[in-house]
Amino acid sequence: MATSVDSTQLPVARRPRIVDRYRRVTAFVSAVAPVALLLIVLVLLQQAWPTITQFGPAFLIHSNWNPVTLDFGALPFIYGTVATSAIAIAIALPVGVGVSLVLAEPGAQGIRGAIGTGIELLAAIPSVVYGIWALFVLGPFSLKYLETPITEHLGFIGFLGGPPRQSSFFTASLVLAIMILPTLAAISRDVIRAVPRGLRESSVALGATWWEMTWRVVLPTARAGIFGATILALGRALGETVAVTMVIGNRPEIPASIFSPGYTLASVIANEFNEATGVVYTSALVELGLVLILVTLTVNLLALLLVRSTNTRMAT
Amino acid sequence: MNRNLWRRFKSTTALSIIYALTGLALVPLALVLWYTVSRGLPAAGHPDFLTNVYRPVGIPGAGISHAIAGTGIIVGLASLIAIPIGVIGGIYLAEYGTGRWAGWVRLASDVLVGTPSIALGLFAYALLVVPAHHFSAISGSIALSILMLPVVVRTTESAVALIPVGLRESGLALGLPRWRVSLQLILPAATAGVVTGALLAVARAAGETAPLLFTTFGNNLFSTDPTHAMAALPLIVFRYALTPYKDLQDLAWGSAFVLVSLVLIVNLASRWILRRQLRMAASL
Repeated sequence: MATSVDSTQLPVARRPRIVDRYRRVTAFVSAVAPVALLLIVLVLLQQAWPTITQFGPAFLIHSNWNPVTLDFGALPFIYGTVATSAIAIAIALPVGVGVSLVLAEPGAQGIRGAIGTGIELLAAIPSVVYGIWALFVLGPFSLKYLETPITEHLGFIGFLGGPPRQSSFFTASLVLAIMILPTLAAISRDVIRAVPRGLRESSVALGATWWEMTWRVVLPTARAGIFGATILALGRALGETVAVTMVIGNRPEIPASIFSPGYTLASVIANEFNEATGVVYTSALVELGLVLILVTLTVNLLALLLVRSTNTRMAT
Repeated sequence: MNRNLWRRFKSTTALSIIYALTGLALVPLALVLWYTVSRGLPAAGHPDFLTNVYRPVGIPGAGISHAIAGTGIIVGLASLIAIPIGVIGGIYLAEYGTGRWAGWVRLASDVLVGTPSIALGLFAYALLVVPAHHFSAISGSIALSILMLPVVVRTTESAVALIPVGLRESGLALGLPRWRVSLQLILPAATAGVVTGALLAVARAAGETAPLLFTTFGNNLFSTDPTHAMAALPLIVFRYALTPYKDLQDLAWGSAFVLVSLVLIVNLASRWILRRQLRMAASL
């Protein structure tokens, strides 16, 4: 007698689970990057713990830095880092976007390729070489031809007041601007190239001049990506150490003028860490490093998200 | 003025300003190179420069052989750590890079590229110098390897991803296990891209100063022992440039010249390898 077969009652052979050992091993090795990142933050946190508990959040807004009386505050360094980076961005952004527009134009690819290579090589030069160049060449030049005339003619504006110095916020910002320019130009070029051809062509077809097309169509479309590139460059400027250390003058103060010497988070660590004695002094310096790394991590994350979101939006 | 004339005038002016800005941006490159050569070459051209070690101010014949050897050892050790780990990590991202974990690895690598290098120095100091109670070249290598790792990971990933799917599929169709396809078919085909990434990482690490300040520290003597303080080219540039002595400043410029030549040669070589690879891939 035939009975209908109920398929659910048949023993189902379990699908053999294939262990992809290769995948496991490579996945395990790939964990080094995230683990290293986490470990860096944790180790710095642990090293900075004595001052974090002793000074609390007031450390960030206190403006004294006195290793003799063990009175530590981060404000002059935070100010220096933010001010130099901001001035550097203000100088580098217009130049960088201009360069990227030139590089993204069609035609004459040979020359454009050569300029692009030259600007990318600027990024390869070690920062200490920019430092020694700024110390011996750019600093004296900027004192003679930029700082002195500006303070003489515009000195009545508070932040442009004198007396000018060779080692100053301004000189440090100039070096930083030169150093972040390649990042800014290279990423902006890629973003501008990704602007759909149809958009350019339709605006030209409507009778727009080159400038009208660029200003009203290309740049607005690429805006978010250029902003991302700017923030990425900002992250670089914030973390730059030796070139700034060599020309900023190394003085823990908050001066009114950008032509006065100052200090940044990274350069105070570079200068004082080897000479720091005692637990509190060392840990105060590490806490400055922790502040620096947390700020740059946030800035970088923000920039990555921006650049990624524009790229996916353009692709669709 | 005619409105259209004005529009065209505005466009031309903007275009010329932008070209002028591009020219302006190239000036620093030219100047940095010019001064490094004009001040560095006379110092570096001296026969003692590449063979001797540090001499006190006033005694002629100082050289930087200890720093060249030091940079070689420190960066070599860092490469031994970072390149294998980075290549395997990059292969993982290219082969299995769709999951959530791969997303985290990518994010961590991208963020790690932007980490301030001075923080890596502090990290290596706390991890290796404090327990050992003295500076060591190997602690500097660890700091540099963290700096190199994300560069190697990301360039390997993109180099492997460029290999045509057909190659992978034919390997799998022949019944090769995945690891053999990946290591014996795909990786050899992607060698040029991987080597380019590794070279760029080496060039970047060789020029870094900040991670070495509190780890390898510097040394006036010739030393090849990686467990002790060691000299390095960027440290010489940084320290001696800030001294008031002409002899030491010349030493700094000479070292800067050696460093820039090294970095630019490596960079141009890696570009050349990459271009050749692209041309070969296009002809396939």
